[in-house]
Amino acid sequence: MPVELFLDLFSQPCRSVFLFAKANNIPFEFKKVELTAGEQYGDEFGKISILRKVPVMRDGNFILTESIAILMYMVQKFTTPDHWYPADLEKRARVDEYLSWQHTAIRLHGSKVFWFRAMVPLITGAEVPKEKMDSAVEDLNTSLKFFEEKFLQDRPFITGEKISLADLVAVVEILQPFGTGLDLFKDRPKLSAWKERVKKELGAAAFDEAHEGILNAHNLPQTFEKNGMPEFLKSKLQKLFN
Amino acid sequence: MPLEIYLDLFSQPCRSVYIFAKKNNIPFEFKKITLFEGEQYGEEFGKINILRKVPAIKDGDFTLAESIAILLYLVEKYGTPEHWFPTDLQTRARVMEYLSWQHGAIRIHGSKIFWLKLMIPKVFGTEVPKEKMDSAMEELNGSLQLLEEKFLQDKPFIAGQKISLADLVAIVEIMQPVGAGLDVFKDRPKLNAWRDRVRAEIGNDLFDEAHQNILGAQDMAKYVDSSKLEKLKPRILKLMIPKVFGKEVPKEKMDSVLQDVNGSLQLLVPPGQALHCRAENLTG
Repeated sequence: MPVELFLDLFSQPCRSVFLFAKANNIPFEFKKVELTAGEQYGDEFGKISILRKVPVMRDGNFILTESIAILMYMVQKFTTPDHWYPADLEKRARVDEYLSWQHTAIRLHGSKVFWFRAMVPLITGAEVPKEKMDSAVEDLNTSLKFFEEKFLQDRPFITGEKISLADLVAVVEILQPFGTGLDLFKDRPKLSAWKERVKKELGAAAFDEAHEGILNAHNLPQTFEKNGMPEFLKSKLQKLFN
Repeated sequence: MPLEIYLDLFSQPCRSVYIFAKKNNIPFEFKKITLFEGEQYGEEFGKINILRKVPAIKDGDFTLAESIAILLYLVEKYGTPEHWFPTDLQTRARVMEYLSWQHGAIRIHGSKIFWLKLMIPKVFGTEVPKEKMDSAMEELNGSLQLLEEKFLQDKPFIAGQKISLADLVAIVEIMQPVGAGLDVFKDRPKLNAWRDRVRAEIGNDLFDEAHQNILGAQDMAKYVDSSKLEKLKPRILKLMIPKVFGKEVPKEKMDSVLQDVNGSLQLLVPPGQALHCRAENLTG
């Protein structure tokens, strides 16, 4: 029985899991969880995961959340090529270091910018105040600066010559604010070149398929018109500003 | 050349690394970085970790940041007992699941309480608005509930029968709000029992030694030179005020704010003003 992956490709960590499975020919069943319709708060999904987040993996009776954990599980179970999570102590540590740091850096700041640019105006009908927006973009810029100066430096990929989980997780997160029309790659030739390399390694077709939704984030208004604006989005918004 | 570990035991991730190294008899040089004195911003430390955070290690020429990465490095390099990071596929996955989840949950919510309940009042001499405090408490309670209901359940430890990195990382984070005077274990018998088990596995003496600073945080005014806190105020203003009060400090204000921190806080927080962002407040 193939593993089941509960995904919504609007979500960055869902994209990394999706792309990893595709790149490694890991057979899986794609179980769509429609985040914009609030499906993660439904009874059905609650039986899968009380954390009510995606991605989730179900392998037989074993249910696992958290993309980093899922990626490492797949690395181990399907014995994927070494470069994804190198056996070499120091290279592996570099991957771990990035995967840890990114939670409260690129992921956090990229998500916030995505919310401020794409979601808040939809939910409230108003733009985010300039000061708040500028501050969020500044935080993202700082993270991108650290990304280039500490994690990437002059290497083709984060660990060196080959792509790893670190690059995969990085690229899906960076594409999130990018999807709102914020051109993060303009004036960042190194980042841009790295993105192209990563895309090539993952396979352009799979990469484009994974990112189709987010790169068409301007279609979100139609989605909400169709599905309605779920209540949970409003409370999430409150938390964002607290 | 021995392993160097750069630490301040006021910091949760420093405690997990410290405890792990000590417990496993890993020889290392303790390099103290006093966060309240801003030592993480010094030139020397910048060479060790450009991210300017602790913990960090230097092992020969190899430097490494991020406690999770450091713990996994130490596990691998020193061949520590298997239960810390089990080889079994599913058990290991449970540990990784917790280590990943906690960044945006227990860690952030516990840190926030520590800042709101202790640091901001201590450094700025002003209480945090009740709404903010209540909201932060709700978040921490939510995370603690998930810890008990999803990660711990009826097991002695997160991974099952034995302690792992997950419990270690969990406990040091939970102790942070405790250090601010919040007894998270009261009315949580399961969590309390788990804490006792974890402490016993680590070793009571080691656990207590690692937590001495944070548990004395409320008395810290006694031994932290308040003039040194002055250096931190501008940084705290820039970082924490937006997070706490939901308002940015406009660039023009920063200069006058540096002159009189307490007075400026009055300016930023006029009495009676609701500070959470409501939809109406988003326009104009």
